[in-house]
Amino acid sequence: MKYLFLILIVCSNDVYAQDDLLNELEQHEAATKDYVTSAFKSTRLVNGQTMETKHKGELEFIFAHRFGAINEGAYELFGLDQAYVRLGLEYGITDRLGVGFGRNSVDKTMDGYIRYKVLAQTKQGMPVTMTAFANAAIRTSPKKEDATFDITLEDRMSYTTQVLIARKFSQALSLQLMPTWVHKNTVDTSIENNDQLALGLGGRLKLSRSIALTSEYYYRFQVPDSNPYFNSLGFGIDIETGGHVFQLVLTNSRGLTERAFITETTGEFFDGDIHMGFNVTRTFQVRRQR
Amino acid sequence: MKSLTLIIVSLSIHFVHAQKFTTEKSLIVFYSDASIEDIKAENHQSMSIFDTSTGQIAFSIPIKEFQFEKSLMKEHFNEKYLESEKYPKSTFQGRVEGYQSTLKGQQPVTAIGKLTIHGVTRDVEISGTLEWRDNKIVANSSFKVRLEDYKIKVPQLLWQNIAEEVEVTIDFTYKPL
Repeated sequence: MKYLFLILIVCSNDVYAQDDLLNELEQHEAATKDYVTSAFKSTRLVNGQTMETKHKGELEFIFAHRFGAINEGAYELFGLDQAYVRLGLEYGITDRLGVGFGRNSVDKTMDGYIRYKVLAQTKQGMPVTMTAFANAAIRTSPKKEDATFDITLEDRMSYTTQVLIARKFSQALSLQLMPTWVHKNTVDTSIENNDQLALGLGGRLKLSRSIALTSEYYYRFQVPDSNPYFNSLGFGIDIETGGHVFQLVLTNSRGLTERAFITETTGEFFDGDIHMGFNVTRTFQVRRQR
Repeated sequence: MKSLTLIIVSLSIHFVHAQKFTTEKSLIVFYSDASIEDIKAENHQSMSIFDTSTGQIAFSIPIKEFQFEKSLMKEHFNEKYLESEKYPKSTFQGRVEGYQSTLKGQQPVTAIGKLTIHGVTRDVEISGTLEWRDNKIVANSSFKVRLEDYKIKVPQLLWQNIAEEVEVTIDFTYKPL
């Protein structure tokens, strides 16, 4: 009887000790910051930016395409006869700081930008990720000799500043707010102002590990009644395959620089001015980790 | 009398239990040998406790600390394969058998216990070696993990061929706790 008792105690103590060991480990573990990653698959949501930055040493090639409007009918093969292209590159200087440039065929615009992740969402404390984004764009069309006035380089410039605030609510759902300020050096003041403010709202709903639905809308503030443009709206499907992300989109915007799609969207989505398009990104690791 | 025995026994057990060692240095490498691209990752942030008196051993491996050559691999590893936001850690707890703490040089041992990866726990038997060096212990092991056993699915869309089995190598140095 006594021995049974002893055996019991030894055994129970052993079992206890085993659980103990893992618990003890947990106590030793340093409380590291647990960052929430991959709120979005790409640095582009539909037309606009996400708060994602490239990792250090990564180079992303972005090939984006927008066809003509679907409501142009069979003659234009529902827009497929026309194409607007943006070719771009983005590089991660650090995990938080990125630079990029590109050229869009809409208005023959060249753009350069910088983004910096100011805040990063963590599991324990920080509820959101916040990235500051700024770009400068030169509209090289029309040519000097074709312009209706004596156009200078300054007239061609526009600048966009954005704060991209996103939260990954769950594995499936991420939402983003994009307060935006677009400044254009030269405008037709009868229809628009030099400084324009907009608030974007976007999100991602993941359907599987590799496929997600995305959406994005930019609301513009204080738009003059005479302004002929519409708010930009877009929907997309993200498909990720290894180093590529394919984004198939439907949007009322043709342009792919902030000036063009936020402040100069010519199509009314619900009248069928919908452009099919895609963004294809390919990421290369230029500088190896370690 | 009975209670006295109990006290002595439990005291002695506690005394014996004080022979604990913890990680000084840790390295876990996993290697996937695939047709298109070999994938290798290293983790230096694992923790372990080894109780030499009972042979009890526990490991805790933070998944996000595996470092890859390419950042995108790390992202996919965490997001798609190991789902580290849901399952942040891999653990092993069990018992090491077949060692003598008085012996010099490497000795073959077996660890029997429960290995948890990707939220799936399985009973495993892993062979390796232990070596006492002064007041330190060096543990080495190499074993294979079948992805299917731990419900790690490779997306069909992925062009990167991931091997169905990955090789895991561990190299730990323990110091007294």
